[in-house]
Amino acid sequence: MNHLLSWIIWLPVIGIVAIAFIPRDKTELIKQVSAAATGIQLALAIYLWRIFDAATGTFQFMERAEWIPSFNITYILGVDGLSLPMVILMALIGFVSVFVSWNINTAVKGYFSLFLLLNTGVMGVFLSLDFFLFYIFWEVMLLPMYFLIGMWGGPQREYAAIKFFLYTLFGSVLMLIAILALYFTCGNTFDMLVLMDTAPTALSGVLWWGMSAIKVIWVLLFIGFAIKVPVFPFHTWLPLAHVEAPTAISVILAGVLLKLGVYGMLRINYTMLPDGVFWFAGALAVLGLINVIWGAMCALAQKDLKKLVAYSSVNHMGYVLLGMAAVIAASGMNGDNLISAQAGINGAVFQMFNHGTISAMLFILVGVIYDRAHHRDIEGFGGLASQMPIYTGFVAVAFFAGLGLPGFSGFVSEFMIFIGAFPVFKTIVIISTIGILLNAAYFLWAFQRMFFGPANEKYNDLPEINKRELFTIIPLAVITLFLGIYPRPFLDMISATMNVLIEQVVSLGGLASVM
Amino acid sequence: MSNLNSLTYFWPELILTITVLISVVADLFYRKEESYKVAWWVLGGLIFTMLAIRLGGSAVTDLFMGTIALDPFSVFFKILILIATVFVILMSFNSNELKDYRVGEYYSVLAIMAFGLFLMASAIDILMVYLAIEVVSIMSFFLAGYLKKNPHSNEASLKYVIYGAFSSGIMLYGLSILFGLTGTTKFMEMQAAIAGLSPDSNLALILSAVFILVGFGYKISAVPFHFWTPDVYEGSPTTITAYLSVAPKAAGFAILIRFFNQVFGDSSALVSESWQALNHIPWPQLMGVLAAATMTVGNLVAIQQKSVKRMLAYSSIAHAGYMMMALPLMSEAGVYGIMIYLLMYLFMNLGAFFVVIYIQGKTGGEDFEDFNGLGWKMPFVGAVMVLFMLSLTGLPPTAGFIGKFYLFAAVIKAGSQYYWLAFVGVLNSVISLYYYFRVVKHMYFKGERSETVVMPESNLVTTVLLFLAIPTFIFGWYFGPVANWVSESLVIFQGM
Repeated sequence: MNHLLSWIIWLPVIGIVAIAFIPRDKTELIKQVSAAATGIQLALAIYLWRIFDAATGTFQFMERAEWIPSFNITYILGVDGLSLPMVILMALIGFVSVFVSWNINTAVKGYFSLFLLLNTGVMGVFLSLDFFLFYIFWEVMLLPMYFLIGMWGGPQREYAAIKFFLYTLFGSVLMLIAILALYFTCGNTFDMLVLMDTAPTALSGVLWWGMSAIKVIWVLLFIGFAIKVPVFPFHTWLPLAHVEAPTAISVILAGVLLKLGVYGMLRINYTMLPDGVFWFAGALAVLGLINVIWGAMCALAQKDLKKLVAYSSVNHMGYVLLGMAAVIAASGMNGDNLISAQAGINGAVFQMFNHGTISAMLFILVGVIYDRAHHRDIEGFGGLASQMPIYTGFVAVAFFAGLGLPGFSGFVSEFMIFIGAFPVFKTIVIISTIGILLNAAYFLWAFQRMFFGPANEKYNDLPEINKRELFTIIPLAVITLFLGIYPRPFLDMISATMNVLIEQVVSLGGLASVM
Repeated sequence: MSNLNSLTYFWPELILTITVLISVVADLFYRKEESYKVAWWVLGGLIFTMLAIRLGGSAVTDLFMGTIALDPFSVFFKILILIATVFVILMSFNSNELKDYRVGEYYSVLAIMAFGLFLMASAIDILMVYLAIEVVSIMSFFLAGYLKKNPHSNEASLKYVIYGAFSSGIMLYGLSILFGLTGTTKFMEMQAAIAGLSPDSNLALILSAVFILVGFGYKISAVPFHFWTPDVYEGSPTTITAYLSVAPKAAGFAILIRFFNQVFGDSSALVSESWQALNHIPWPQLMGVLAAATMTVGNLVAIQQKSVKRMLAYSSIAHAGYMMMALPLMSEAGVYGIMIYLLMYLFMNLGAFFVVIYIQGKTGGEDFEDFNGLGWKMPFVGAVMVLFMLSLTGLPPTAGFIGKFYLFAAVIKAGSQYYWLAFVGVLNSVISLYYYFRVVKHMYFKGERSETVVMPESNLVTTVLLFLAIPTFIFGWYFGPVANWVSESLVIFQGM
């Protein structure tokens, strides 16, 4: 099929147009249309994965169209082993989230239109290879998020919505400056493929106010992406946004939106500023460590289950940063250790995907109990295991996957990250294993408080998890288990691209000294 | 070109003059209730003016013995001014404030003001500069105070007169110093004369530049000459506020670009390499600081407002600041950025003001509280207001983003010495998000979530809103033709 990537991006917009013609009181139909749009999108994403040639690490299914020639802006799409898993993840989480949102009943039309618009924005970011297009999609996500949190969220939703908006806009305007600086210093182009070739040489030796241009652009882009990840100390919007957002939006936020930051760093910082990678890798590893420890400590202190899960995201994304930093192991000065660079970076991307499925599961499960008990206070439950055995079983699966128990996918990716990062960042890796301990502690402790102990009389007649909820949770649980036992299909899909990425970073970076 | 020959190139202005005369006479035949019909005469005249401009082609010449320039640059601004005038007239039909008054001369005066703005955009002689600015100012005083029973409107008019008179006096003083130094009133001749001046006159030159900047800065409401803006914008009829925030600002930028490049610059081209006359002081840096101050002050004060109208007034100061970033760059990209920004700003700002006018008619107020629950009750008006707020903040895919994109691109292109200005600019965009989205917050998150839906009962309202909203959206992602038009308009009269 031609224009497969465009179809994947724009299908939700077709859904929005269809929804616009449906009368506002036909809520079931609106939900069905949304399910159809995201369902077809998921089918296309799986089809894309089947016909994707995993043996080459280059971009495939490229699309290119004139857009604004006077400013060299082009509509370029392409997919490689880095964006493909993210596209599949978004399609999957998007489809699941429609069913998670099935019990939304205020302003259904608005909700699903914004929901689908968000979907388009995220897909666009993952697939666009023109910087201008990338930026437009990046910003298009903000407005739907603002409304989805602000209109369908919890008690503090207004504050959470604007805080999310301000934080991410702050990051993205810095990114805009970096994009323009790259445009004018690297030959007047927004084409990322061209920039990947020209930027490393065009920028080397350029000084701005006595600082290397590479460093300046790196930092600008990094802040923009770090806010999205979120990297400490830019993470404060996250717990608030998560807690206030409706369940489905938390699922998308944790499942996919956080990956955008890491995706941006790998796609842009790593390929266009390889010198910067060597300069910043140490800091990246330290920030990763802080995320791991800080996120875990904060999670340990939470009384609200959703907040606990939110902080666990901060914790888990820390591992991703650590894995990314391991890429420098492959350079000459670090002993040409290609194996550990591969382990680290593959582990990072794998961890992104795993965190997507696991945190989606966690948030869905939080939503399930909140819908029934109307609160999320961990201390307020107790003995739920006897009351809701099936639910308890799934929570156990999700929690164990979250704490990285062997047999679940999270274990594989975290393990890969640790062995990848160990040769270069020994101390940091050793300290960050404390994070695993804390990680287990907060999940197990929360589990114990909620599900064991004396049963709380108040919740004697809580209904068991229903079929719709099971339908949303089972696919995610199956994927988590399957990839935990047999991760090879996933790693095969990404490894060729990761090798190209490592090659790009190592061959172009680390040679010129960054001032 | 001699006076008689010039007339053949002067059709747009002539038609505008005839329009004014006809509308004044027509007004005599209408009773008070139907005096709004004068507007149709004026609108007809404006359409003929637009046709005359289009038929005039892209001639580049001087008119009336070198006092007025005809070039694509001025034509661009004239078209901008005409579009703004047409929209403001259409918006005035729905104004709640104006309905107690006889409005015949209101429309005639708008046409006179458009005429003055035309002259501002094309003047190349300091006498004509002064004349044009005074025509515009006096008409603005009149329109600001149009609501004679409303004390705020009276206050606005009086404040405007005092500030206007004061700043044009200072500007006149600067112009007279310049005349004393050079012995001529024409831009090109002045430039040549300045090039031959001895260094003794540097101080006088700088003084005159600063004084003249006061006059122009007042027109574009640049900090620190902005103090009149909020009160005048708040007190004036909202239609006039909308007009003042767009049209005179555009003309002000036109005259600022032309005057400073062609009188103080080192070439008569659209942009000079340097301001030869002002080499002894860090003039570009000073302009940069003024730009940064303008946007920061505008934004920080806008945050604290209770009234949406006043918030928009302060935010229009901030928008002037964004455009001023491009002034010190001495680059074609900078002028280009200003022009494209003005075009985008025209649609989004008029749109935002029109929604305020409409809401004022519905709820009788213009505070944030008056917008509560609006998005639920009137989904169409709410949705377009969100679009305008997005665009004013500068988020894609809206026109406002493209405007800012070109401005920031110009600043970044100018080199790393101006990066700080770009930083101030983008941080200000983030600040502006906060107060623009306060409107959105009140529309959607506050107040009751009404189940019944009200559409605008007048087709005119819907049409005008659509004509403002569609460009605001389309130019956000398809701006190629607009960008080409603006780059064709970058041709300026450079002397015989």
